[in-house]
Amino acid sequence: MDQSALIPHLFRTEFGRITSVLAWRFGIAHIEVAEDIAGETFLAAMETWPYKGIPDNPTGWLYTVAANKAKNYLARDTNFQKKIAPELRRGEEAVNAQDIDLSPGNIKDSQLRMLFAICHPAIPQEAQIGLALRVLCGLGIDEIAHALLSNKETINKRLHRAKEKLRDEDIVIDLPPAAEIEQRLDTVLTTLYLLFNEGYYSETHDEMIREDLCREAIRLASLLTESEQTNIPAVNALLALMCFHASRFAARRDSEGDMVLYADQDESLWDQQLIARGVGYINAASRGERLTRYHVEAGIAYWHTIKEDTPEKWENILQLYNILLQIQYSPVAALNRTFALAKARGKEEAITEAEKLQLTTNPYYYTLLGELYADQDHAKARSYLDKALSLAVTRADRRSIRQKLDRLS
Amino acid sequence: MKEYLLLYRMDVTTVPNRTEEQAAQVMQLWMDWIGGIAAKGQLVSRGSRLEATGRVLRSGNVVTNGPFTDIKEVLGGYSLVKAADYDEALQMAAGCPVLNMGGSVEIREQAGM
Repeated sequence: MDQSALIPHLFRTEFGRITSVLAWRFGIAHIEVAEDIAGETFLAAMETWPYKGIPDNPTGWLYTVAANKAKNYLARDTNFQKKIAPELRRGEEAVNAQDIDLSPGNIKDSQLRMLFAICHPAIPQEAQIGLALRVLCGLGIDEIAHALLSNKETINKRLHRAKEKLRDEDIVIDLPPAAEIEQRLDTVLTTLYLLFNEGYYSETHDEMIREDLCREAIRLASLLTESEQTNIPAVNALLALMCFHASRFAARRDSEGDMVLYADQDESLWDQQLIARGVGYINAASRGERLTRYHVEAGIAYWHTIKEDTPEKWENILQLYNILLQIQYSPVAALNRTFALAKARGKEEAITEAEKLQLTTNPYYYTLLGELYADQDHAKARSYLDKALSLAVTRADRRSIRQKLDRLS
Repeated sequence: MKEYLLLYRMDVTTVPNRTEEQAAQVMQLWMDWIGGIAAKGQLVSRGSRLEATGRVLRSGNVVTNGPFTDIKEVLGGYSLVKAADYDEALQMAAGCPVLNMGGSVEIREQAGM
């Protein structure tokens, strides 16, 4: 890797690690100090490396510099000495560089602890996503705003308020007690699931940022499988779901960056390695008693990795949607169930069920009705698709509805 | 929206012994029907199937097995749904597989505590 690519790469992988270790050492109230020191460390690398050359062990160099900066900061800042040093973790007297433990073990532990601190039930969901992207994934405010289709100011405010909340609630950067882990993991998994979805369903045409969000969600979820305390079936189920979805990344966009619908995708572009990884996680997820929505959604996603339309495939998908809806209702799941019903049992039965749904403000509802009526009643199909078009918000949705209208005539 | 308890009753003496495949088919009928209610966002709780036998406790610490021996239709399961009124609840219940097995659905509005 050449120098111009190395620093951004290291930034992405190491910023979160350094920040997590320092914030754990300083306490949550000083998370911004931790971020600043991590940032300054990379600034130092950018200033030094072009002249002195890239060190033999770039990561080790960063850790040494970060540890020294932390040590200097602790020694220099009298305010810190008075107010923070006494509260420092483990109550040690002397603060020296050896206390900044950037060993692989502590890095991993610190990231896990930070993940739980950020995904604390007291922090609003959208702020959790922003914090995770900033603190654990090293994304800049610009990148986060871009990824979440927001602006810099909003994201800044959101992160600021979230950090205040972390301080006010005096949230400890630590793993929850064993008895609470499963419950707290629910929040962590929801955030990782949303983080992944932000990437997977994002409207932005910026392929890089979308894949980055999905990759980071997978990386953070993988972190949970590496620790015995957090490697529970639901985590594996979520990872399986993410792998199956992510396997279709290359096939989902055409050369113009527009969405390619599932039925039209070239399955030779599906990533078989990721699918195999997902199957491994599904197997790991199937121990234990608790059936989560992630298990069911992973099952649905698994059947979608088989391109061939068989009655068995759609019957399985239909039954999984039946279960998913009983665990958690959502309009999307209700519509997808009806689509699966059409595939498994025929359009007539699906039309009867679809008309019961009455999701009259949902463009996808009318798109589905339009599709179900396409072979039976052209006029009806057209009027439903017109209705869908009038309700559709995104460019991509309008485009795909127009395609369906074109196919009718 | 009000909540209605659906009580599924059927004559257990007429239930045929089912092969595994037949049992799976019956299960699928139930899942399709309950899935349809869930797809409308009107399932409060799937509830449960019930075993055919149980215990009844009466005052004086009298415990009996039953009381099902003298009653033809026994309670086989229950679910909780949301509906605007009895009409809608009845419409929902109309697709219940128990009706094709000689059973009945009892629909009771929740009265609150």
